[in-house]
Amino acid sequence: MIGRLKATRSVPGGRREGASQSRTGLRDRYQAWLQHHRLSAADSMTRVIDNPVSSVMTWLVIGIALALPTGLNVALDNVSQLSSSWDSPAQISLFLQDGVSDDRARQLQAELDERPDVAETRFVSREEALDEFRTLSGFADVLASLDSNPLPHLILVSPAGAAAQSAALALREDLQAYPDVAQAVLDMEWLQRLNSLMELSRRLVLAVGGLLVVGVLLILGNTIRLAIESRREEIVIVKLVGGSNAFVRRPFLYTGLWYGVGGGVFAAVLVAASLWFLRQPISELAGLYQSEFRLRGLGVMGGLNLVILGGLLGLAGSWLAVARHLADIQPR
Amino acid sequence: MISFDRVSKRYAEGHDALREVSVNIGKDELVFITGHSGAGKTTLLRMIMLMERPSRGQVLVDGQNLANIGSRGIPRHRRNIGVVFQNHRLLLDRTVFDNVALPLVIAGHDHREVGRRVRAALDKVGLLKRERAMPVTLSGGEQQRVGIARAVVGKPKILLADEPTGNLDPGLSAEIMQLFEEFNQVGVTVLIASHDLALISRLHHRIITLRDGRLVAGGKS
Ligand SMILES: Nc1ncnc2c1ncn2[C@@H]1O[C@H](COP(=O)(O)OP(=O)(O)OP(=O)(O)O)[C@@H](O)[C@H]1O
Ligand SMILES: [Mg+2]
Repeated sequence: MIGRLKATRSVPGGRREGASQSRTGLRDRYQAWLQHHRLSAADSMTRVIDNPVSSVMTWLVIGIALALPTGLNVALDNVSQLSSSWDSPAQISLFLQDGVSDDRARQLQAELDERPDVAETRFVSREEALDEFRTLSGFADVLASLDSNPLPHLILVSPAGAAAQSAALALREDLQAYPDVAQAVLDMEWLQRLNSLMELSRRLVLAVGGLLVVGVLLILGNTIRLAIESRREEIVIVKLVGGSNAFVRRPFLYTGLWYGVGGGVFAAVLVAASLWFLRQPISELAGLYQSEFRLRGLGVMGGLNLVILGGLLGLAGSWLAVARHLADIQPR
Repeated sequence: MISFDRVSKRYAEGHDALREVSVNIGKDELVFITGHSGAGKTTLLRMIMLMERPSRGQVLVDGQNLANIGSRGIPRHRRNIGVVFQNHRLLLDRTVFDNVALPLVIAGHDHREVGRRVRAALDKVGLLKRERAMPVTLSGGEQQRVGIARAVVGKPKILLADEPTGNLDPGLSAEIMQLFEEFNQVGVTVLIASHDLALISRLHHRIITLRDGRLVAGGKS
C-alpha cells in the first residue's frame, strides 16, 4: 500500500512548519498518483518475487489453464490449414434424362466446358457405364438378361477453384436446373463431415476455454483474498489514516496483474514447448505423405495476446476479490 | 472546532456508551477527556473520526455536520485528523520512516516533500536517528512517539490521542504531554483521552469528565 520509500534520501532535517492546512496542486496530485501507481506496482512485484515458490505455483496453474485451450486451438488451426491445402475433392455427377441422345449429351458437355466455374468435365455414356458396371460388379449375367440399358448418361463435372464449398453448392444448383439433367449430385459428404467435426471441436475448445477462464478467475480471486487476509491489519491502519478504497485496492490489483501476466507468459512458453516437441514427428509424417505441411505455431502476436489475456484475467480476478473482501475490512 | 450536540451512542448489544453528551471544543484548545474504564472516552474519539456514528444527536467538526459525510467522504475527513492510538497501530513490517510517511503518501505528496516532512516530524519527537529502524526494535515510548509523528506529519487541524501515555513511566508521559502542548501552541486542536489524573491536573487545561456515558464535568468552555 504505502510502498517502500527507501529510495527517498533527500534533505535531512527540514524546517519547522506551522499547522496550516497544506494545499497540493492538481499537477502535484497527478504526479503523486502516478508515483503511487509506480510504488504499488513495484511493491506488488517485490512481494510476488519474494515468495518464489507460491508465485511460480500460481503462474503454472494459470499457465496450464490458459495453455490447454490455446494449444487445442492451435491444433485445430493446423488441421483446417491441412484440409484446405488438399485439392478440391468435390465432384458433381450429372445424371441425364432418359431420353437424351448421345449427341445431345456431348453437346451439353461442350457447353459445360465453356462455363468459367467448371474446371473439367468427363462424359460417361450409358453404354460405357454399363460395360464398366458389368466388369466391375460381377452381375454380368443379370445385366445380359435385361433387354434395355437401365443406366443414364453421366457427365462428371469438377468445379473450378479450390474447395470453396459454397461455390460447388451453387454450381450444383445451377446444373440441376438444366432441362436435360435428371439429377445433379455433389459428392462432398466427407468434407462436410470434416467441417462439422471441426466446428464441433471448436465449440468444445471454446467451452473448455470458458470453464478454464472461470477457473483462472477463481484461482486468482482466492490468491488475492489470501493476500488481503494476510495484510488485514495494514489495510485497517491505512483506512484509519485516511486511505481511500482506491488507494487500498491498488497494490492488490497490481498483484493480480503480475500473477496474470506471469501466467500468460507461462502459457505461451508451454504451448511453444509442446509444438516444438511435436515438430519432429509431424514433419516426418508429412514427409511420408509427400506433403508440404508445416506445423504452424502461436506466433509472436499469439504469444503477446496470451500475455495480455492473462493480465486482463489477473486484473478481473483481483478486482472480484477486492470488491468482495476489502469493504468488509473496517477499522474497529 | 468540534461540537457534540446531545449525542447518544447505543451499541448493537443495547449498551449505552454515550448518553446525551453536549460539548464544544474551540479551535485553540487542548482538552483532556477522563473517566473510569468504560465511561465512553474511546467512543467519543471514534465518533470524531467517523469510526462510529451517533445513534442520536449531531457531531460537527470544523463546521461540517458529520451526518452529511458518506462513506466515500470518510477518507478525506480522516486526512484532516491526526490520531494517536493507545496500541500505536504501526505497520510492523515497515521502517519508522515508512510508517510516518504513510499519511503523506496517502494524501499524495511528492516524495521529496515526503522525505522532508517525515524527517521534520521525526526530529520533533526526537527519533530522527531511528528512521530506518523497524518498529519492533523500539521501546514502547519510542513506538508511541513514532505514532505521534505519524499523527502530526500531515499537519492536521485536529489531533486525537487515546491513552497516549497508557503504559509509559511518569517522566516520559510528561514529555509526551509537552509535545501535545507544543502542537496545540501552533494552532492544532488537541483532544486527549487519559486516565492519568495526576498528570493532567497539573497541566492546567480543560478536563472533560465522563461517567457511564454522561458528561459530568467540563462541558462548558
Ligand atoms: N464495538 C462495541 N460494541 C459494543 N459495545 C462497545 C463497543 N465498543 C465499546 N463498547 C462499550 O461501550 C462502553 C464505552 O466504551 P469505551 O471504549 O468508549 O470506554 P473507555 O472510556 O474508552 O474505556 P477505557 O478507559 O477502558 O478505554 C463500554 O462499556 C464498552 O463495553
Ligand atoms: Mg478507551
